[in-house]
Amino acid sequence: MSEPKKKNEFLYFAMRNGKLKVGAVIVFIFVLIAIFGPKFARYPLNEFVAGGPNPPSADFYMGTTAYGQDVYAQFVYGLGTTFIVGIIGGGLATLLGMLVGFVGGYKGGWVDEVLNIITNIILVIPTFALLLIMVAYLKLRGVLIESIFIGLTSWPWAARAIRAQTFSLANREFVDLAKLSGMKTMKILFREIAPNMMSYLFMTFILQFGGAILTAATLDFIGLGPTQGVSLGLMMNWATNGSALLLGYWWWFVPPGIAITAVVGALYIMNVGLDEVFNPKLREM
Amino acid sequence: MLKLSEITKTYKVGTFGGKSLYAVRKVSFDIKDGEVISLIGESGSGKSTIGRMILKLTSITSGSIEFNGQDISTIKKADLKDYYSHVQGVFQDPFSSCNPIFKADRIFEIMHEEFFPSMPREEWDEKLVEALHCVGLNPEHVQNKFPHQLSGGQLQRFLIARALLLDLKFLVADEIISMLDASTRIDVLNLLADLKSHGLSILFITHDLSLGYYISERAVILYKGTVVEMGETDKIYHTPLHPYTQMLMASVPHLDHKWEQKTTDLGGKVEDITEGCVYFSRCPLEGKGEQCRADIPPLVEVEPGHQVACCCFQK
Amino acid sequence: MSLNIENLTVYYQTLKGEVHALEDASFSLTDGEIMGLAGESGCGKTTLGTSLILLNGRMRYIRGTVLLDGQELPIWDNRGMDEFRFKQVSLIPQYAMSAMNPTRRIGKMVHELIEARHEDYNEIMPELKRRLDLVELPQEVLKLYPIELSGGMKQRMVMVLSTLLNPSLLIADEITSALDVSTQKAVVEMLAEFRDRKFVKSMIVITHDISILSQVADSIMVMYAGQLSEKAPTETIIRHARHPYTKLLISSLPKVGIKYSEEILHGIPGKPPLLLDPPIGCRFRDRCPVAYEKCTQVPPFLELDKDHFVACWKEFEEHA
Repeated sequence: MSEPKKKNEFLYFAMRNGKLKVGAVIVFIFVLIAIFGPKFARYPLNEFVAGGPNPPSADFYMGTTAYGQDVYAQFVYGLGTTFIVGIIGGGLATLLGMLVGFVGGYKGGWVDEVLNIITNIILVIPTFALLLIMVAYLKLRGVLIESIFIGLTSWPWAARAIRAQTFSLANREFVDLAKLSGMKTMKILFREIAPNMMSYLFMTFILQFGGAILTAATLDFIGLGPTQGVSLGLMMNWATNGSALLLGYWWWFVPPGIAITAVVGALYIMNVGLDEVFNPKLREM
Repeated sequence: MLKLSEITKTYKVGTFGGKSLYAVRKVSFDIKDGEVISLIGESGSGKSTIGRMILKLTSITSGSIEFNGQDISTIKKADLKDYYSHVQGVFQDPFSSCNPIFKADRIFEIMHEEFFPSMPREEWDEKLVEALHCVGLNPEHVQNKFPHQLSGGQLQRFLIARALLLDLKFLVADEIISMLDASTRIDVLNLLADLKSHGLSILFITHDLSLGYYISERAVILYKGTVVEMGETDKIYHTPLHPYTQMLMASVPHLDHKWEQKTTDLGGKVEDITEGCVYFSRCPLEGKGEQCRADIPPLVEVEPGHQVACCCFQK
Repeated sequence: MSLNIENLTVYYQTLKGEVHALEDASFSLTDGEIMGLAGESGCGKTTLGTSLILLNGRMRYIRGTVLLDGQELPIWDNRGMDEFRFKQVSLIPQYAMSAMNPTRRIGKMVHELIEARHEDYNEIMPELKRRLDLVELPQEVLKLYPIELSGGMKQRMVMVLSTLLNPSLLIADEITSALDVSTQKAVVEMLAEFRDRKFVKSMIVITHDISILSQVADSIMVMYAGQLSEKAPTETIIRHARHPYTKLLISSLPKVGIKYSEEILHGIPGKPPLLLDPPIGCRFRDRCPVAYEKCTQVPPFLELDKDHFVACWKEFEEHA
């Protein structure tokens, strides 16, 4: 069995998996909205274009905020920001977690001990205190800085989970057999161990992705978020501040809420589907 | 071919790693060309650890293992592949030996990639088919399947075929048939014996005494990391000298006759002993005394090809 | 007759369909009989054993009756079985040793178990102590956590527990397979002793290891792919088996005294059929050296000699 043929096989099962397809389609739709949505915005972002709150209409597709800003413009731009924070922040955390988790779990011994200590230190550092200090130094903060910050502080959970998985896989007999075949450590990690964790790694990424979006929203809420722009988290917080729930301005807070839930939920469904694709025993043959 | 000299493996235990626990203690024996040696022991006896040390999967604390005169702990990383092309292992659980998300054939693919990167595909395929035939498998029935689609016996042959692709001289077979069903296990055992007759040396690690008897010329009895008795299989089985071996032999369930004596040793808690005879706390011999508690009895030859480590044979 | 089973059929529900794990099993046990139940993995021996006490979520009762001491066990009714479990039928499951709750002291666990069966703990206590003595477990063991016991000790504890209320039938599922030979022997001897002391009336000892059964069982029943093949007194099964599967199985077993260089043993070619879509007729047909046309029908389980039941058309023919 050659390499390309194996890939086709995964693709074949991936294409037949309903859960994976449904999840991917939902995520894809939101990505399309984030990319092409701004082209259809009739009003500039965050400008006070209407006198006050308006429900959705032909003029304002998704209504306006209590202050008269176009919700549609906020939504499509905010969606883009949210994806960026999720991908960069979640991606960075997953990568760091993988690196530390793989090496610690596979090597064991003192290497593992040292990595464990570092992980635990990062884990107990109070994130917000760190942020306050950083805010004092950085006057202008963009989405990128925020994402990197989230990524650098949230990897320890991923590292712990991946370390535990790696540890249990590293003691399996097929890893011994790979060693007996003279395979190099890195090759064993990426060719033997990592593929067994594909769905697990993806799951970690999803959790980190969702976590990054939520953390960003929290940061935005206490004023430590980006100094410019908009995000779904910011929208929801503005809505809360503007008492949207009490006053019944559902069009203000429902779309960002649905978008966050739908994106994270769709990624989760994809994860279940991927599990079936990667694990032949779960394939219903 | 392979010579073990006083190999020891200790693990650090306790809060600060202050105590060491012996997994294997000063084990010495050698295996000649084309010989099958059974390494027999119960769980926790260190038998698998010895196999893993030979395969360089576990480090040796002290002592040495020589393969054709070369100390294997001195093998450099670059020469490791050369060592593995002569010495290979097959393990207990054939399913766990295959990466579950790939097809079973991938283990051969890895061999091709790692050991014969320049061999053209056609030539490799021929070699593979030959190896599969050699272990009694029909390539058409077993290729392109996932591990769980094959039976345990088929998979175990698969793994033996993997080793046969190399210029194999020595095979560590660690409990390789204990997970197989009765109707198929004997065929795998016969296959090993057949390979032996073609010159392969095998270390057959098992807890099942009848299997050891069937296949090997010599047997090594291990208890708590120490060799208590070793020698020609017939002598060990028919005239066991060490009280532990005697107890083992008396406990073997035979098909044709019932156990003679009732068990007195219920195998309760045994404390870890670092000094003296490992079997001291369970030893039923009347002659046991302070000397057994204090000194570790060395292996002595009581008759040609039969050694035992017991104070009672120390004259 | 202590136990009488008639046409017991149990299937497994899986994603892919129904697994015909146990098909029309009919046999009986006399009082005081220890019956060994042997066969390869997946032959239905564990299904048979567990179905007599608890049908788990995936098991489906199809048909058949189970009479224990003349009383019908409602094995299809999980609730209805409650009054029989532990008191009439008891089971030592395959991984009983690791099934003990690690956070509970053993004494506490025993207490809860007995209360759950509506029995009085204090009334049973003296008997429990007597039995602990019998298996040479100190009474302090009740104050310990499961992790503090060795494998052999745990196994003895489980045996005492599962027979505490003197059940009529005890099912022991692979209780020796994880043990060392020496402990194995002690546990097996204990089974016989429990029977001799009338703690249990009869037993079904499930194992893949026939040589263990030959030491303790009065009779052995062999199963293949969900069907009963043969049941006979132990000596008869080992020396004069009549079903071709039993014969091949016995002859494939290595024994101390047989060497490859002197006598080559042979396995049984082929592998057991998948029970999702089992072959019609005798399921051993494909691997059987003496199979013929008649074998496409399911052979009945007939008593050919006294206490010797066989399901094989060829044998019926020769016997007639």
